[in-house]
Amino acid sequence: MAPPLKRSTRRRLTRGALYVLFILAVAVVVWLADWEAIRSNFFDLDVAVEAFPEILTVAAKNTVLYTAIAFVGGLLLGLILALMKLSPILPYRWAATAYIELFRGLPALLVIFGFAFAVPIAFGWRPPGGSAGAGLIALIIVSSAYIAETIRAGIEAVPPGQVEAARSLGMRPSWTMISVVLPQAFRIVTPPLTNELVILIKDTSLLFIAGMALGDRELTTFARDMVSSSANATPLVLAALLYLIITLPLTQLVAKLEKHNKRGR
Amino acid sequence: MSEAAPRTDVPAIEVRNLHKSFGDNEVLKGIDFHVDQGEVVCVIGPSGSGKSTLLRCVNRLEEPTSGTIMVEGVDITDDEMDLDKVRTRIGMVFQQFNLFPHLNVTRNLTLAQIRAKKRKKADAEEIAARNLAKVGLEDKATAFPTQLSGGQQQRVAIARALSMDPDMMLFDEPTSALDPELVGDVLDVMKQLAKDGMTMMVVTHEMGFAREVGDRVVFMDGGVVVEQGKPEDVLGNPQHERTKEFLSKVL
Repeated sequence: MAPPLKRSTRRRLTRGALYVLFILAVAVVVWLADWEAIRSNFFDLDVAVEAFPEILTVAAKNTVLYTAIAFVGGLLLGLILALMKLSPILPYRWAATAYIELFRGLPALLVIFGFAFAVPIAFGWRPPGGSAGAGLIALIIVSSAYIAETIRAGIEAVPPGQVEAARSLGMRPSWTMISVVLPQAFRIVTPPLTNELVILIKDTSLLFIAGMALGDRELTTFARDMVSSSANATPLVLAALLYLIITLPLTQLVAKLEKHNKRGR
Repeated sequence: MSEAAPRTDVPAIEVRNLHKSFGDNEVLKGIDFHVDQGEVVCVIGPSGSGKSTLLRCVNRLEEPTSGTIMVEGVDITDDEMDLDKVRTRIGMVFQQFNLFPHLNVTRNLTLAQIRAKKRKKADAEEIAARNLAKVGLEDKATAFPTQLSGGQQQRVAIARALSMDPDMMLFDEPTSALDPELVGDVLDVMKQLAKDGMTMMVVTHEMGFAREVGDRVVFMDGGVVVEQGKPEDVLGNPQHERTKEFLSKVL
């Protein structure tokens, strides 16, 4: 029998084997892929050129705009829901809980569909802004349900001594909430709120189900339409790249904000 | 809302037959207690004796189960009374400081002045600066609480309470969370306050402070006031068995 290997040698061997395995896996994928098909279907330069400038001036612009509207709306509505859920008044708590559980339990796609088609039929009411407006209302409603839970957790994470200090100084509950509790709560929930924002950026892609007017199309709807007209998937790759260009700097920015806020903890 | 004005011919704090229970646990079992205007009363006793709960009932951070609490002649258990207004006249200092960590020192001192006393920002800042100087921290006006030592934080907390121009101050074990070498600075500030004639109710384990600064010492145990009197009597010549036992452990 061979003498037992030294522990450092054994570790080096294991790591080497893992690298070999990884390289083999990549090689198999590269070997199996049909590179000509990939190039002509996903990276067709002529189709890509065709997408500009509308993919930026209409589609990407609308994605950012819809995200901003849905996030601001979701924050405001979510804040109200969180406060209702923490209210001493029982019916408020019930209403908020029912709302949150309902809209967290439904797929966003169904809610968008409902506001675009079911609500106009059921109530004879068309949301302003056509299909895009209806879809946006649905996105605000869905995101507010998630954001409400996040904000509630943030409020509950602020130490009770903070409220006691503010109240002992004679500050009313409303001012205590606005100037003492909420600023600290929002600092605590900045990371999960960023998560909600990034999810929301991607959820704007669900708006296609509402059937958007030409000028209202966001990245995914725009790319899908182009895929059908050009019989080529290159626009989808462009859309994917643009989503990354929007989300990556955002997560970086928030990481920086978090660092800055640590000072005030 | 009744706007009963503070009176000077009655005790600053007068507690009658106060009971307080947390669930089945009765923490205060019929307390009669008062602090005269300008008096410094130190409340001592073992942990769990109810002394902090009594102090927290005085500005109704704890809701009394029964009994009356008069502050400058105003019954603060009356639901018609404007509790927030009364609280601006009662400064409170906590064991854990409870400074607002997202605001710098000056804004910690001006926030409630502006929000609760409706003072102008400039006036509030002037008052804040004066009180910061009083606790010896005028150079920390723009610092954030996390940049300060525990002793400095507690002095800022005292300055924050003083900035409301309270008629009386409640101290809830103000030095218990401090490193031993930082206790002295905080006690010095409190001594100066007492010398300036502030009405003070101090829940404390600092027997030296109670003896030196207190006009009266109240010993509590098991949710009742066991013994009270001049510091030299209660601390030097206790009459009750439980007081003797407690003092033998802490002195």
